[in-house]
Amino acid sequence: MSLTTTRRSIRRAGVPYAFLAPGLLLFTLFLAAPIGYAGYLSLRKVKVSGLGLGSKSRTEVWAGLSNYARSMTDPEWLPSVYRILGYGLIVVPAMLGLALLMALLLDANRTRPALSGFARISIFLPYAVPAVVASLLWGFLYLPRVSPFGYALGKLGIGTPELLSSSWVLYAVANVAVWGGTGFNMIVLYTALKSVPTSLYESARIDGASELAIAWRIKIPIVLPSLIMTFVFSMIATLQVFAEPMTLKPLSNTISFTWTPLMKVYRDAFVRNDIHSAAATSVVIALATFLLSFGFLKLVGRRAFDQEDS
Amino acid sequence: MKKTLAPLLASLTAAALFTTTACSGSDDKADSAGGGEKVALTYWSWAPNMDKVVEGWNSTHPDIHVTVNKQDGGDPAVTKLLTAIKAGSGAPDVMQAEYQKIPTLISADALADISSQAGSLKDKFPAAAWNSVTLGGDALYGVPQDSGPLMFFYRSDVFEKNGLQAPKTWDDYAAAAEKIHKTNPKQYLGTFSAADAGLFVGLAQQAGASWWGVQGDSWTVDVNDAATQKVAGYWGGLVEKGVIDNKPMYTPEWNAALNDGSQVGWVSAVWAPGVLEGSAKETKGKWKAASMPQWDAASPATGNWGGSATSVTSQSKHPKEAAEFIAWLNSDPAALKLLAGTANVYPAANDATSVLTTPPAFFAGQSDFYTIAAEAGKQARPFTYGPNVNVAYSAFNDAFGKAAESKKASAFTESLATIQKATVDDMKNSGFTVAG
Repeated sequence: MSLTTTRRSIRRAGVPYAFLAPGLLLFTLFLAAPIGYAGYLSLRKVKVSGLGLGSKSRTEVWAGLSNYARSMTDPEWLPSVYRILGYGLIVVPAMLGLALLMALLLDANRTRPALSGFARISIFLPYAVPAVVASLLWGFLYLPRVSPFGYALGKLGIGTPELLSSSWVLYAVANVAVWGGTGFNMIVLYTALKSVPTSLYESARIDGASELAIAWRIKIPIVLPSLIMTFVFSMIATLQVFAEPMTLKPLSNTISFTWTPLMKVYRDAFVRNDIHSAAATSVVIALATFLLSFGFLKLVGRRAFDQEDS
Repeated sequence: MKKTLAPLLASLTAAALFTTTACSGSDDKADSAGGGEKVALTYWSWAPNMDKVVEGWNSTHPDIHVTVNKQDGGDPAVTKLLTAIKAGSGAPDVMQAEYQKIPTLISADALADISSQAGSLKDKFPAAAWNSVTLGGDALYGVPQDSGPLMFFYRSDVFEKNGLQAPKTWDDYAAAAEKIHKTNPKQYLGTFSAADAGLFVGLAQQAGASWWGVQGDSWTVDVNDAATQKVAGYWGGLVEKGVIDNKPMYTPEWNAALNDGSQVGWVSAVWAPGVLEGSAKETKGKWKAASMPQWDAASPATGNWGGSATSVTSQSKHPKEAAEFIAWLNSDPAALKLLAGTANVYPAANDATSVLTTPPAFFAGQSDFYTIAAEAGKQARPFTYGPNVNVAYSAFNDAFGKAAESKKASAFTESLATIQKATVDDMKNSGFTVAG
């Protein structure tokens, strides 16, 4: 009898692990292992001997932290970091502000489900367009000679602005991201709004609150956790912006190979064929993303993912 | 648009291609069964209609079947090949490789030495082209396929209206650019494209530069030499004056400008007719080709933009058959005819002059088109490419992008020091011995 109990307790102790196994396995295979490998690569480098032309003239050696030092002292590194900070200051407030405004407008119109359904889908639709395609579409609109707006403005005798020139390019790229991301964030906020019981609004109306006051005093505080969550997602997306500037790059002189940190990683790995310093830069970006997201969540007191708190 | 998408698509499709090419590689039964069995080769190329050229081989060589795998272009193909070499599998048997990428590929151990199969190939090609596949040594890393001697293309109707002749010298070109832009402020004789390092290198080559060189056991890097300074200063001056445009080539904007008559000239290479046919359809019949404007009309010289060889990769299981195929492809008269006629390339082989008799369709009225091209081909100055061309070219894109945007001649000439530093630093960091 004691034998079966032990066996049973062993089996019972193993149960949680069995449940965790699929998740752990996938995490190890597709996240931990590649990150570990990138970390390993970032500490290595290729050493060439002599002219480097003969076969086997390349050997891989330990590099210590020299890849990190080289990456961080690259004169293009800091400008790219400042650039995405500016980019984030434009994109995040504009995108979340628009998403919140649209979610509130849709929610204020609950009585007309067919109309608001159509509006919801049309606001969400740009999110379904891949970033590369969206950037190409906008790219055509930005170029004065092929843009229908350029044509129309020309007919009106107004000069066409060079939206890809150095003074506008940051806004031009940010616009593509705002256009593509607003719909997704709107859906998240709208879904949060829908879970609010209508009785709450009714009592507010009985108390004499206007729609504006309801939005400001009730709705926004209630969706605050969702707002925080979408903020964290947007912040991560900002740190990793790549597809839009990369696609717009050939259209102008103003987007360099190192316009954003992730573009620098791409250049090092695939243009300069130096996978090791690319790995070092990606590790730095990953750490920064990690620190910023968790630091922010800590700051707001874990309210984002915990709906009951508020 | 292909160009715009290329870098992204390259990385996205790389994984998919690895699987397909790996499969076709393992299908080869010749390894185990020995000779007599059919050998299957894969061939990466971005030349248009290359599959139709290869049909000519497949129909006459039942034992060696070649499958063409169309690539996005030179840069993404090299990126993919280098990734496959690093991964240990996934490379094709045969690969189109631009001349400037060959040292990079050799240095990454990506190309097979096929000198034992060379036979009498050497005599069939001009010395400059042969030098780019041997790097002056005994090994042979490919067979030259096409070359891209620089030529000048212009709208003859616009020149006539302005009372201009095709420019003989760069001074003539500058004067023509100024006159055309003054007459019609919407018109430009050209644009300085920071996106096309290859063209700038061709122009520097014409002026007598050679950005890399080998001195005993070390490399030399000479991006910031007097010849390149002269070229950068010249184009910077034109941009600063505003008589030529400063926007990159190969954009929808540039295509539209060629088509609507805002861009009325193009310093380009022998393959330009194909591009113009696609971009400037509505101006057909109005263009003429001429020799390049010269720095010194008494000793005409030119450079190259583009041009590539066909190489066997180090992962090929059938290097012998692959070498046989690329020798046929680039030197057999029947293949040369197909290359010129179907794939629209300008073959590097000496025999090419005999198959190129009728001018390209877009220049149908100009019977001396290929005479000018052949003349230009002979005038190309020697230029050595180094093992990190991509580093220099991407530094060029960034530095000259800024310079073109600033429209200051001084920014153009100062950019060269930036490129020189980036190139040398990268080589030293990798461990190459760099002199000076």
